Amino acid sequence: MVETFEQISPADFFYRNRDIAGFTNPTRAIFSSVRELVENALDASDLHGVPPEVYLRISQTDNGGEEGEVYMVRIEDNGSGIPARHIPSAFGQVLFGSKYKLRQARGTFGLGGTMAILYGQITTHKPVYVASSTGTSRTYEYKLIIDIQRNRPIILDRKAHVNKTRWHGTVVEFSLEGDYFRAMPKILEYLKQTAVVTPYANITFVDPKGRLYRFSRVTTDMPQPPEETFPHPYGVDVETIQRLTKITDCRNMLDFMQKHFQRVSERIAHEFLENARISEKKNPRKLKPQEVVRLVRKMKEFKDFLPPRARCLSPLGKDLLKAGILKELKPDFIAVCRRKPSAYSGHPFIVETAIAYGGDIPKVGDIVVHRFANRIPLLYDEASDVTVRVIKSINWRTYKVSPDMPIAILVHLCSTKVPYKTVGKEFIADRPEVRREILNGIREVARRLRRFLTRKEHVERERRRLSVFSKYLPKIAEFSTGLARKEQPPDIEKLLKSVRRFEEKT
Amino acid sequence: MKKKPKNLAAEKRKDVLKKLKKLGVRLYGQMEKSTFPWIKMPSRSTQNIFYSPEVRQYVLGDKMVRRSSRNIRHIRPLTQLIWAAYFARDLAEQRKTSTLRDVYYSAQAYEVPFKDQPESNSIITDLETVMGFSREDFKVFPEERSAIFGDLTIEYTVPGYEGKRLNLMSHPDGVMIGPALTSAEFVKTSADMVIAIEKGGLFTRFIEEMVHKKFNALLVLTAGQAPRATRHFIHRLNKELDLPVHIFTDGDPWGMHIAMVIISGSANAAHLRELTTPDATWNGVWATDIVDYDLPSDALTQVDIKRLHDLRRDQRYEGDLWRREIKKFLEIKKKAEQEAFSRYGLTYIVDEYLPAKLEMVE
Repeated sequence: MVETFEQISPADFFYRNRDIAGFTNPTRAIFSSVRELVENALDASDLHGVPPEVYLRISQTDNGGEEGEVYMVRIEDNGSGIPARHIPSAFGQVLFGSKYKLRQARGTFGLGGTMAILYGQITTHKPVYVASSTGTSRTYEYKLIIDIQRNRPIILDRKAHVNKTRWHGTVVEFSLEGDYFRAMPKILEYLKQTAVVTPYANITFVDPKGRLYRFSRVTTDMPQPPEETFPHPYGVDVETIQRLTKITDCRNMLDFMQKHFQRVSERIAHEFLENARISEKKNPRKLKPQEVVRLVRKMKEFKDFLPPRARCLSPLGKDLLKAGILKELKPDFIAVCRRKPSAYSGHPFIVETAIAYGGDIPKVGDIVVHRFANRIPLLYDEASDVTVRVIKSINWRTYKVSPDMPIAILVHLCSTKVPYKTVGKEFIADRPEVRREILNGIREVARRLRRFLTRKEHVERERRRLSVFSKYLPKIAEFSTGLARKEQPPDIEKLLKSVRRFEEKT
Repeated sequence: MKKKPKNLAAEKRKDVLKKLKKLGVRLYGQMEKSTFPWIKMPSRSTQNIFYSPEVRQYVLGDKMVRRSSRNIRHIRPLTQLIWAAYFARDLAEQRKTSTLRDVYYSAQAYEVPFKDQPESNSIITDLETVMGFSREDFKVFPEERSAIFGDLTIEYTVPGYEGKRLNLMSHPDGVMIGPALTSAEFVKTSADMVIAIEKGGLFTRFIEEMVHKKFNALLVLTAGQAPRATRHFIHRLNKELDLPVHIFTDGDPWGMHIAMVIISGSANAAHLRELTTPDATWNGVWATDIVDYDLPSDALTQVDIKRLHDLRRDQRYEGDLWRREIKKFLEIKKKAEQEAFSRYGLTYIVDEYLPAKLEMVE
């Protein structure tokens, strides 16, 4: 018997393993599709530096088969657009994208959007329609399908139009099988939470019943866009070094270390190479495999590298986070905190936290938790997330918080590499460095909440106190007048006033 | 009978009204001077309750408490207390009576509601402490269940019955000791003693067996722990008519205590007088009776035994008789009900036991 070996393409791989990318069932599939496309749309606008205008429409086209119903999903953005020559690959090839450099973005692998299209294609056998322009004199329209086995786009139709208005952006429309009505609560929650962390975006959504949901921007200020950076020595692996040695134009290791890694000065490169016992003069292209392995190991061991730079990160900032929460939750009190940059395994990250009380926050008998990673709301697997574990570990009575209070906590983690546990990007792993930052961030806003609650309690107590006096003193006057057989009740105004004056003093 | 008593009830009423007015004038004056109204009264905390061998009952010590409307925690109970005084004044003026339950509900009409019955009861006790009168003097009565039977003629003082007389033998079930009887004047009696009985069954047996005739006695049914009105009534029978009082209860620590409360009062009523009859005697059923009469008995429970140990530490139980009986109970670990005598026939208790016990105490 002859064993047959075949190579499978990435598209084929994800087709066979679609569970791990969040396309487990018709409900999750439509949710994940919406999520991936909205994220791509927002990333495109962020990159272009224009406040996003995102239009999403889901319409029912067919009553479908046994698995679920067929929906048409259309998404439009006003982002940077995609150069015409990249359009087929961007939408018709898995793992093609602009997100392989080190820079914070919502998506990371260039996988999600294409995965949604791939899922649509295998459930409905219909092509995807893409229109895009980078603001040049032309817009381009494509009809594509993916050749799954070879991971290549097949262009069915291609048109170019005159772009008089110099419109820039992208339109994607495709069909997929799904169960919108079961996914609806999650989709709406996703859009609402997205609006919280993207207060500078207009998001419009028309659902299959024709209902319009509109999340309007409250500001046009956008967060500082992230800078592209080189990897930090703590965060590289053997494969990365191998590739770097192939493309580098450095002639010796001293230059190589300084040029391709962040936070490596000549002095540090010198010290490191001496420590790693690799010659400074060695040509990086001539590193032997075992030398590459040693280099990586020594990089992780070397103590004197400075922590990674955070300029490649783009946290939301206190003002925007506040604006987003005020807009969507309308709380009575809000405190936000942005932690200083930190790093785990060579990957820089920043934690932002917020706590809100009252307003539209529901009383659900526990603290409402909103988790975000690189401005993506995380909605599934809450119990496994490090944020939820941290919140559970805090003794909330210290902060005068009881379960019946309407309290929401928001935690935003941004990083060039969010420590997700799964490809589905639903929850963050429990890394000690990340955990510590989240804990300290929550503690800081919780302390401010405690001050607010204490003051509120005090005001409430004083109000009750005053009402007790103004309720009972007149009664005492009334009954005493009766007992003493007097005609007129005594004047108690002075007494009541003295209570009031006392209130103001304290 | 020693003397024809004066109209005590009418005088008491006048005193009550005078004192209530005084309270009102005081509070009114405080408010006119723009001070937060306050009152002072003896503390009823356990640290301020002492047994007084002179008056042979519990009394309050010198510790006083001040209730001021300046204090956020005091103002509500103080208002309720002043309301209770106001309510008592209305009752006295209109010569009406009411119950503790009435008080609880009436407060709601004046928007000074009590949160529950115990709170309302406690405010009435405060009023007793402040005024030095019992709630019966304010015409606030608990539910009645005790009764009296025997040759005693009384004269009512309640509105509509003034001057009307009644002989307490006129009804074979006895006459309920209620507000009307409590405030009645004693006119005449041929009785030589009072016999107080814990249980209704035996009370009826005694009437049927003509105990009141045979022993020339007034029979009082306490129906368990004697209500305060009944204790006051027994006090009056003893003081005003000079009649000795004999008490018969079940032979267990609880029966013993029923007798003791009639004799020496309770700590809860330390702020009141005229509820005790220190010269009354407990005639049975004793622990020694259980042995002597070989009565059918039950074993003492853990609760009973604990209660006996409590009583042994109680100052009121210092007399020889009490000490001896507590010791005996603990020794035989048995208890017996009054009805246990029925083992020797229904009339045995009247024909044999009662004469023997009365003689023994003499």
